[in-house]
Amino acid sequence: MTADDLGRTAPHAVTVDLYRAVRLIRRFEERAIEFVRSGEIVGGIHPYLGQEAIAAAVCAALTSADVITSTHRGHGHVLARGADPGRMLAELMGRETGLNKGRGGSMHAADFSLGILGANAIVGAAASIATGAAWAYRQQGRDTVAVTFFGDGAMNEGMLLEALNLAALWQVPVLFVCENNGYATTMPVGSAVAGSITARARAFGMPAFTIDGQDPETVLKASTAAVARARSGKGPMFLECLTYRFDAHHTFEHRARLDYRSPGEVAAGRARDPVAIQGARLPERERAAVDSEVEAALDAAAEFALGSAHPDPADPLKYLYAVMP
Amino acid sequence: MPKLSYLKALNRALGDAMELDPSVFLLGEDIRVAASNLTAGLSSRFGPERVIDTPLSEQAFTNFATGAALAGMRPVIEFQIPSLLFLVFEQIANQAHKFSLMTGGQCKVPVTYVVPGSGSRTGWAGQHSDHPYTLFAHVGVKTVVPATPSDAYGLLVSAIRDDDPVVVFAPSAALGVRDDVDFSTLAPVPLGVGRVARSGRDVTVVALGHLLQDALVVADELAGVGISVEVFDPRTVYPFDVDGLAASVAKTRRLVVIDDSNRTSGFAAEVLALAAERFTLDAPPRRVTRPDGAVLPFALALDRAVQPGRDQLVAAINAVLEDQ
Repeated sequence: MTADDLGRTAPHAVTVDLYRAVRLIRRFEERAIEFVRSGEIVGGIHPYLGQEAIAAAVCAALTSADVITSTHRGHGHVLARGADPGRMLAELMGRETGLNKGRGGSMHAADFSLGILGANAIVGAAASIATGAAWAYRQQGRDTVAVTFFGDGAMNEGMLLEALNLAALWQVPVLFVCENNGYATTMPVGSAVAGSITARARAFGMPAFTIDGQDPETVLKASTAAVARARSGKGPMFLECLTYRFDAHHTFEHRARLDYRSPGEVAAGRARDPVAIQGARLPERERAAVDSEVEAALDAAAEFALGSAHPDPADPLKYLYAVMP
Repeated sequence: MPKLSYLKALNRALGDAMELDPSVFLLGEDIRVAASNLTAGLSSRFGPERVIDTPLSEQAFTNFATGAALAGMRPVIEFQIPSLLFLVFEQIANQAHKFSLMTGGQCKVPVTYVVPGSGSRTGWAGQHSDHPYTLFAHVGVKTVVPATPSDAYGLLVSAIRDDDPVVVFAPSAALGVRDDVDFSTLAPVPLGVGRVARSGRDVTVVALGHLLQDALVVADELAGVGISVEVFDPRTVYPFDVDGLAASVAKTRRLVVIDDSNRTSGFAAEVLALAAERFTLDAPPRRVTRPDGAVLPFALALDRAVQPGRDQLVAAINAVLEDQ
């Protein structure tokens, strides 16, 4: 489904597609955590659990000509943009068949054939990369919008504020999507951000809205409008999506048990579950059918990844240069 | 033959590269009016869409260039001041440089970073006078330091055509160098290939960038006292022309490096390590560098005292010739 299709697609099909997307991300992440525990994935992951609506719905608002950049917590964006779950899982396991041939891992997954210009492990770094890519595509006469995902923590990176300025100054077709999950690792947003997140964006002269990031259809509506606006040449826009991280900042927390969120707060956060919200919009039997479809796809993905070869350590720096010096 | 200055050669390289390839564009501070003269005439020739003045947002516009490169462009960024490279070290070393490997070769990042005026600029003091080419070589970013107008032209053209990020240091003290050049002979100079700038028998002096002129003057002087100095200009710091230097040292069996880096872990240290591993020498090699951890002091005499100079080079050459 694309933004162009939205008006013509039966609302029910949109509802099902969004449910499939959030369910796929949810179950992918739950299985990935199991693979971290079993040691198949080394280095751990930053689970996207709880934030699925944002990736699923924003990517549903894009066309195949568009591009995205992602973050250290990036599995949801990459899957929502259409990356093959088997190759994504193989990447997390460091296999040669992975999206990045096992050279990137969880924090750097990319699929340029789908316009995924990479997850980026430096907070706030990708916003200016997305801005540059969107500007370049416009120079080339392409009808491309770039979406850059980042968290509330990135709002304190000077480089991100510089990117907002460049994008607004040069009217670049880029959509800034801030996933405010309440914490930069363990730092609460209220202790980190003076003023307001959207006011910062508005100060650069771009429209900025705060929306419910837990409801996939709310996010779809807002991002469809934002993408259409960017595509029409009116410049960048900013969406702050209020969300909640259901699980750890990183899987190391499963052992470290850092004390920064009360059980009550976590329970309240988890009560607004995007998978449940979207699932409730489907008849039970249809939802179950999507669930089975997702499990079957993830079974196949796991089989593919686990059966894939490891890269050859004889050439660990393959791809370091486009042209070897 | 017409005279061509080093700075004019860089300017000509930019113009030729932009003429040849519409994906090449320039990004930087005050480049439309060409505050440093590097981009003189290019804004009126190619228009404001290809010669883009940026706000003072070095980190964002360096990543912006990476994004544009991922989308198929060939950005060239001018940094007026060498220490701005410290500000964008993350964006070059940790972003642009790493994309190819981290994505398993899915993309390339052909960005060129040019510093027209690296090293001491005479009187610009502590924060405007660094020469950090060693840092980029250390992290594996292709790094060139041209010494002559022809090489300035040829290496910048090659850097722009290269599919990887390349940093081009144009030393402040070299910008005014003028040579008689037949413009029809200006051509790309491949990265990673050094050149013997002066042939000699007794000792090889490795000299880079503006220090090449000093090495050539010293070689002339010493020729008068019967010492035959071969001067090797690596032109590219990384990848380094090991074979080119090996051929020179095989002949002279003595080695001195003059290098405008700080001493510890500097470029000269790398060349000496290479010599220890690979070359057969008749005397321990020597290096002339900035002191350890040097910050360039403002007062002119202090500034000069910190930079590697001709007297030190002469002393080092004499020392390796005396050592047996």
